[in-house]
Formats: sequence, structure tokens, C-alpha cells
Amino acid sequence: MDRFRWTLIALLLIGGLPWASGCSQSAEPAGTVGTLTLATTTSTRDSGLLDVLVPLFETESGIDVKVVAVGSGQALELGRRGDADVLLTHAPAAEVQFMDDGHGDQRDPVMHNDFVLVGPETDPAEVGNETAAIEAFRRIAGSETPFISRGDDSGTHMKERSIWESAEVDPQGEWYVRAGASMAEALRMASEKRAYTLSDRGTFLAQRKRLDLAILFDGDPLLHNPYTVIVVRSEKHPDVNHDAAVQFSEFLRSPRVQTAIDEFGVERFGQPLFFSERSPASDD
Amino acid sequence: MFPVAAEFLPIVRLSLVVSGTAVLISSSIGVPCGVWLGLSRWRGRRAIAVMIHTGMALPPVVIGLLLYLLLSRSGPLAFLGWLFTPEAMIAAQTILALPFVIGITVSSVAAVPTELGSQIKSLGASDWQCRWTILREARRGVWLAVAAAFGRSLSEVGAVLIVGGNIQGHTRVLTTAIILETSKGRFEFALALGAVLLLVALLVNALILRLQENRWVA
Repeated sequence: MDRFRWTLIALLLIGGLPWASGCSQSAEPAGTVGTLTLATTTSTRDSGLLDVLVPLFETESGIDVKVVAVGSGQALELGRRGDADVLLTHAPAAEVQFMDDGHGDQRDPVMHNDFVLVGPETDPAEVGNETAAIEAFRRIAGSETPFISRGDDSGTHMKERSIWESAEVDPQGEWYVRAGASMAEALRMASEKRAYTLSDRGTFLAQRKRLDLAILFDGDPLLHNPYTVIVVRSEKHPDVNHDAAVQFSEFLRSPRVQTAIDEFGVERFGQPLFFSERSPASDD
Repeated sequence: MFPVAAEFLPIVRLSLVVSGTAVLISSSIGVPCGVWLGLSRWRGRRAIAVMIHTGMALPPVVIGLLLYLLLSRSGPLAFLGWLFTPEAMIAAQTILALPFVIGITVSSVAAVPTELGSQIKSLGASDWQCRWTILREARRGVWLAVAAAFGRSLSEVGAVLIVGGNIQGHTRVLTTAIILETSKGRFEFALALGAVLLLVALLVNALILRLQENRWVA
């Protein structure tokens, strides 16, 4: 009978078929041995670095890694609540606070790159001639040239706010846009609106060919951007997969992986996006 | 082209699993509730109806946030271990779809002429037989309820992003993949995913329409 056939097909399509093949493998609850939840910043995902490192770790350890990519602020919050086992973030001040509050077992540097101030090639605020980041920021505020702020409590946003603070400028007004956007989105917005923005070098290089932006200021030690790996303390949250987190932290800091970090992106972008803690360039 | 297809398939499959399961659960709860509410005549019914219709306007991100707080390892439902799993996404979409199923079922059941009920009762039908007959009469509206629930589930993004985490190969569905690709500036891929989403919706709704016309509820 026609309607029975249709019913059968409908049930298979809506419920049965995909269920049988799809859900069973992913039904494993978080926190069991064999699954590791990594909360990290969007820059490590958007640059493609994790697409290289995570599969490598999974094959070697047999541990299934779930990557949740959010802003550093949210990543630390996930760790604080015990919803992530290990964190890879770039927000030094907030990380120190996190450790002081007793939420982390260990915190180790993994790699770094730097922040760059990008904007329209014509450099309307003339930041290019400055030697200090705070002076460059003051010029933007002084000329009220549009500036896109991430506005999302990410590591980049925290860095940007700390620079405004050091420059003793309270950014207010039409020119200061609080976007609430990811790095790549903020860059695109800056490109469209002919505005300035602060970006990590990695994401800017990865996005550059889609953007009408240039690096106008860099090199100030203030713009250093360190990434650290934090193992979430298991005493507060017994479900946290502590062993796998330690294993992942050690993996990231192993000589092999440090070399892989230095080599990542060289072929595609002509220069590395991240510098490992072991690379010669880490002396700065 | 083929590696792209390999990226597509797990995402499409998970979208169907999550939204399909959410629709199955919300329908099996919502249709009986809707029939009962549509046939009962008591004082608080209007207030309930207003609440259900408000439920249709529930912002997915708010449901996502509430569910996240419940399912978090610091939350009361931590023992389920559902955070960042498809189960959490199914729960979120079930909650979001339920008001649509109940609301539309109530309206279509209430639209069946009341004489029908009294007629078959006078022929000696039991309460359950009576409800069943009215449900059959209202089947077009009930299938519409299912279609609306599916549309709501499939196109929703805020809740599954928060409770699922958009984890590649694990909790990434069509809508969260579109958000991600858009944020990365891969507009072509995002658009292609959008086209796939529409295609999936088209196929499922064609199927539902077919069921509607085939008088299957009988």
C-alpha cells in the first residue's frame, strides 16, 4: 500500500537512518576516558593551526578531542565551570586571575605571535610614523578615525582595552565601533568601513587577500601576544579528564610539535603565523 | 569538489538526526497535548493558549543559555554528561519546537465542527474513539504542525551553537557551519551550505505534504 511505503520512507529519513549511523558514535558523554574537551580562542581555529595539531594528537594518543572555539574570556569561563578539560588562550592578565582563583593546575607557554594595528593603506590617522603603540592609538582617537573594536571579551579585545588604558584614552563616540565580532569579521568590517582595528598577525595574514587593509603599526613590545595552555584543576570538577589534559599540554610543548608550530603557514602565507617557545625568535 | 562533499555529508546527516529526533519527540508529546487542549473546555484554556503562542517566540539563544547552565558540569543536570553533545542539541530543539506542535494542533483540532464530536458520541463511540476521529479530521493541520516544528528546528542556530559548541565532526550542523564559514569569510562555502539547508527543507516538506495527502493518520 502506497501510504505504508511512504510512512516507512518518512520514518527512515526523519528518524531512523541517520540516527543509526550518526548518533551512536557521538553519544559518548563528555568526561569519559578517551574524550578531551579543548576550549580555545578563535584565532587558533581560524588560522587552521588546530586542523594540523589536533588530528596528530588524536592518532598518537587515541583520545578524541572536541574543540570548542570561543573568545578567550568565554574559554576561561568554560574552564572555571569545569566544562572544558584544557584551555589554549591568549589573555595573560585573565589567565593569571584564573590561576590565582585556583581553577587551573598548570599553565605553560606554548607559542606567541604579535598584534598588529591595521587600517586603510592611506593611513588617514598617520599612525605609521609612531614608535609606540600608545601614541598610535592616541592619534586614532585624536583624529576620530573609525576604529573597530572586537567588543567580545576575547584576548584581542582585552589587549586593545589595556592599550587604550595605557594611552589614557577613553574611547567614546561615533568613530569607536564595538562590533561583538570574531577577528576575521572585525577585519572585514574594518576593510569595508575603511577603519583601523587591532588584529593578531596570524589571523590578518590568513585573511589578507580578502581585505583592503595594510599593517600600519607593529613591533612595540606591548603588542606581544603569548598563547598558553592551561590544565583545568580536577579537584573542583571530578569529571574533568585531567590525564588527557596533561597529555595534551605535554604534546603541545614537545619539541616535535613546537617545530610543527614554527613551520605552520610558511608555505601558504610566506611567513610563520605563530612562533613556538623554542624558536630562536622567542627571545624578544 | 569531492573533499568538499566529504565535509558536507556528516554535517547534513547530523542536522537531520538532531532536527528529525527533536521533531519526533516534540510531536509525540505535542500532538496528544494539543488534541486534549483543543477539545477541552475550561476556564484557564485561553491563558494556556497565550503561553503556548508566546512559546513560539522563545529566542533560541535564551533556551540555549538556560540549557547550558543546566547541563554544565557546575549545573544541576551535569550527571547527564550532555553538554557539547548531539543529545543537548536535540533537547534544545525539542523545547523550541514543542510550542509550534501544540499551538497548531490546538487550532486545527478546535476548527473541527463540534457537531462531529456529539454525532459520533451519539453513535456510541468512546472518548478515545471520539478523539481519534477528530484527530483524523484535523490531520492537515497536524501535519502542518509537524512541518512548522521541523522548520523551526532545522533553521535554528542560537541554541545548538551554545549547547553543542559547533565541534567539527561532532556537533556541527548546517546552521552553525554557515555561521562559522561566514565568520571566516568563506562566503561561497557558506552559501553552498545554505543551499543544502534549503534543499533538505524542501525534500522533507515534500514528504510531509505527501503524507498529508495520503490520509496516513487513519
